[in-house]
Amino acid sequence: MKYVGKGIPKIDGLALVKGKPAYTSDLDINDNALIVKILRSPHAKARIIGIDASTALAMTGVECVLTHEDVPKTRFTLAGQSFPEPSPYDRRILDDRVRYVGDEVAIVAAVDEATAMEALATIKVDYQVETPALDLNEAIDSEHLVHDYEVHTNFPIGHDATRNIAASHYSEQGDVEAELAASDVVVEEIYNTQAQAHAMMETYRATTSLDVNGRLQVMSSTQIPYHVRRHLSRILDIPKSRIKILKPRLGGGFGGKQTASVELFPAIVTMKTGKPAKIVYTRPETFACATSRHAMQLKVRLGADRDGTIRAVDIYCLSDTGAYGEHAPTVFWVVGQKTLPLYGKAKSCRYHGHAVYTNKSPAGALRGYGATQGTFALESAINQLAAELDIDPAELRLKNLLNEGESHPELCGSSPEKNATLASSSLHRCIKRGRELIGWPKNYSAVKISENKVRGYGMSVTMQGSGISGIDTASALIKLNEDGFFTLSHSASDMGQGSDTVLNQIAAEILEVEMEQVVVTSFDLDTSPYDPGAYASSGAYVTGHATLLAAHDLVRQMCESAAKALNVTIDSVEYAGGVLTSDNKSMTISELAAHLCSQGGMDILVGKGTFGSETSPPPFIAGFAEVEVDLETGKSMVTDYVAVVDCGKVLNENLARIQVEGGVVMGIGMGLYEDVRFSSKGRLATASFMEYRIPSREDFGRIRVEFEESHEPTGPYGAKSIGEVVCNTPPPAIAHAIANATGQWHRKLPILAEDVLLAYIRKRETEHE
Amino acid sequence: MQLETTINGRPVPLTFAAGEFLSETLRRYGYLSVKEGCDTGSCGLCTVWLDGSPVLSCSILTARCGGKEITTIEALQTEAEEFGRFMVAEGAEQCGFCAPGFTLTVLAMKRELVDPDEKEISHYLAGNLCRCSGYQGQMRAIKKYMGVK
Repeated sequence: MKYVGKGIPKIDGLALVKGKPAYTSDLDINDNALIVKILRSPHAKARIIGIDASTALAMTGVECVLTHEDVPKTRFTLAGQSFPEPSPYDRRILDDRVRYVGDEVAIVAAVDEATAMEALATIKVDYQVETPALDLNEAIDSEHLVHDYEVHTNFPIGHDATRNIAASHYSEQGDVEAELAASDVVVEEIYNTQAQAHAMMETYRATTSLDVNGRLQVMSSTQIPYHVRRHLSRILDIPKSRIKILKPRLGGGFGGKQTASVELFPAIVTMKTGKPAKIVYTRPETFACATSRHAMQLKVRLGADRDGTIRAVDIYCLSDTGAYGEHAPTVFWVVGQKTLPLYGKAKSCRYHGHAVYTNKSPAGALRGYGATQGTFALESAINQLAAELDIDPAELRLKNLLNEGESHPELCGSSPEKNATLASSSLHRCIKRGRELIGWPKNYSAVKISENKVRGYGMSVTMQGSGISGIDTASALIKLNEDGFFTLSHSASDMGQGSDTVLNQIAAEILEVEMEQVVVTSFDLDTSPYDPGAYASSGAYVTGHATLLAAHDLVRQMCESAAKALNVTIDSVEYAGGVLTSDNKSMTISELAAHLCSQGGMDILVGKGTFGSETSPPPFIAGFAEVEVDLETGKSMVTDYVAVVDCGKVLNENLARIQVEGGVVMGIGMGLYEDVRFSSKGRLATASFMEYRIPSREDFGRIRVEFEESHEPTGPYGAKSIGEVVCNTPPPAIAHAIANATGQWHRKLPILAEDVLLAYIRKRETEHE
Repeated sequence: MQLETTINGRPVPLTFAAGEFLSETLRRYGYLSVKEGCDTGSCGLCTVWLDGSPVLSCSILTARCGGKEITTIEALQTEAEEFGRFMVAEGAEQCGFCAPGFTLTVLAMKRELVDPDEKEISHYLAGNLCRCSGYQGQMRAIKKYMGVK
């Protein structure tokens, strides 16, 4: 193959490095847009008794001030999910209640930022402050309700606002309690994961205006342009046909921009004033007033025989969705869906629990989407089980993990009638290769390298999915232009992962032309076909497959048209390398294109492809960590990380490798650094890069990535996804390595130096007593 | 307020509000390669050169730039492309939002450090955050660009 499987540079890469205008704020720079700012609640929970915005309204340069009295009362969710969304409709544009510190109270639009900020300061709000529900463990059945009204859900998700429950789930295969009772060894532990921030470099932003046809034009840094249009249509009560969405390059997303956090604010200002408006979230707003990863508490119970046969896997989960339920049910479900099939040989498994409302900054989608949290808990417990059984944790996994060709009822695509089959997996090979690379037999479990430094070794495995089975469906169109080049239009958002490039590779491969002969456009929803968006690890698998189908469709159409033009039968035309041939007659695609747009041909060829899958084939990773722990300070440093990846066929090795490296570092941050703290009154105390530390390039050693390809029969060229699975293995592998270095298990993230040191000191004191 | 500066080799009189930071002024004047990521001098996205040295333009008052020479990546397109080719060959630019500030720092580092090792490179660039790449591909690109092992 000429392009697929090659490490092709990103088609837009050089322009981005050279600083060319590409992002939302670059393209709107010459707008005299009104600057939109939000007045935010200082209280975690309060009722707004009165608002006096008269001074702000009277100020020169202030064009618009909106409070809850001025906006529609519609309730909605901002989650970027296919309709009907599983997320509860628990938001209003502005409400007369506030539910977290930072919740929106008023919208101000002024000619410049200084005026908008001055106007905000003049708004007087009379709050009746109420007691918030801040603790995840105390929220269910608390008398302090986050939402004290009936919340609409599109279908049953186990929602119960009267108990602060956003969603519930119970799923059991076999008899977990019986298998646990029959087990020789039972591990039962509680794990806590934090509300990790996306920390994408470009904060949330959107610009709105009315176009010449009076349509609301929205340019936004978003992963979900089609869902944004649907949300705005509902929220503002205007038909979708009256909304035009433009989506420039994104400065990172990681799932944050799968929630339409900001678009509605400038949109309502433009609808009220008729003027262009824009909003750019500050870094503190991005941390505190958009979404984060769901903090979770997970209780894992594992039962196994003495020989290492796992009999039961039980996970009980409490997920903290904060004040609003964006992605609350789905992230919460995925915790079980993307962990239980791993140890699918066990006779029984169960996933159950609740996603819970609290009066804290809202949670939402973040790369890994629940699998990350579930993997930390389950894989930590597996490592502890291996230690208690005195079995090599790699061997324990090789013995119990589901193999390619085996079935499991919790695999995506399973129905009550039929269990789905794992069609592709090289996870066993990934483990064996990773073990070699990290020097497992020689190094495991720890090596003392100096008086106070020990290098511990740890591992974990993980899986994710590729697209959402049975729901999300994407389309691609490829048009043959008048002189023989092609336009590929699609609506997946390229937020850096390189989807435009990978789709270009697939199209050029099938069309048998240079990649430059295919122009990729994904900017304007008016001209590009439906795509749910860049999420659920669907770019290469779902939109990629749609592109493959579109390209094949166009080749077929070109053959048909050439047959007409050459006056031969359709079956006799063959296409290769840009030339259509029938016996001794032939024409190039340029000649065909020129013919079609002339009086002689009079036709347009547009290949179309649509793909949605009944399955969501999981990619896999085996991750191995070497962590150097300083026993005098407790500081842990990942000195070597090995990730061996099964993403099916690797479509672009360079882009895939960077996805893995970036994801591993995000996982290292979650494991060791990224510390989310709220004050006792519910204010996010880590709302800047000064307080919320993401890994810098000095915070870890090397990362090594290898691919063990498998062939996924439903994927384009055998490909599966890679975007999300990459951040799941580091937290449990690091925790395992630290346990091997210090003898102490850490079950709460992040694992800070003080936690390691205090635990180590306590252990030594206990040993001395 | 008003003052005279040199931007990318040309004299530019700047008009700005008191308290305005250089990154805001530059973007307002159309130097769109300057990105802003944090407003606290923590991320390195807004890096420009001031009299030839990399600085964080979100933390420098425009009022302090009178008579100074400011350089953005718009003035260094040839060098940026030369380094950029190594970056895209690794796939390391990803979302690209941090790339202009990062590239300016790399170009300054090349002028300053002679035959640096990985540790020195990482130290020089520690203030340039990137959430996409995991830094590994950037390091591979830098080493090839600078011809260091």
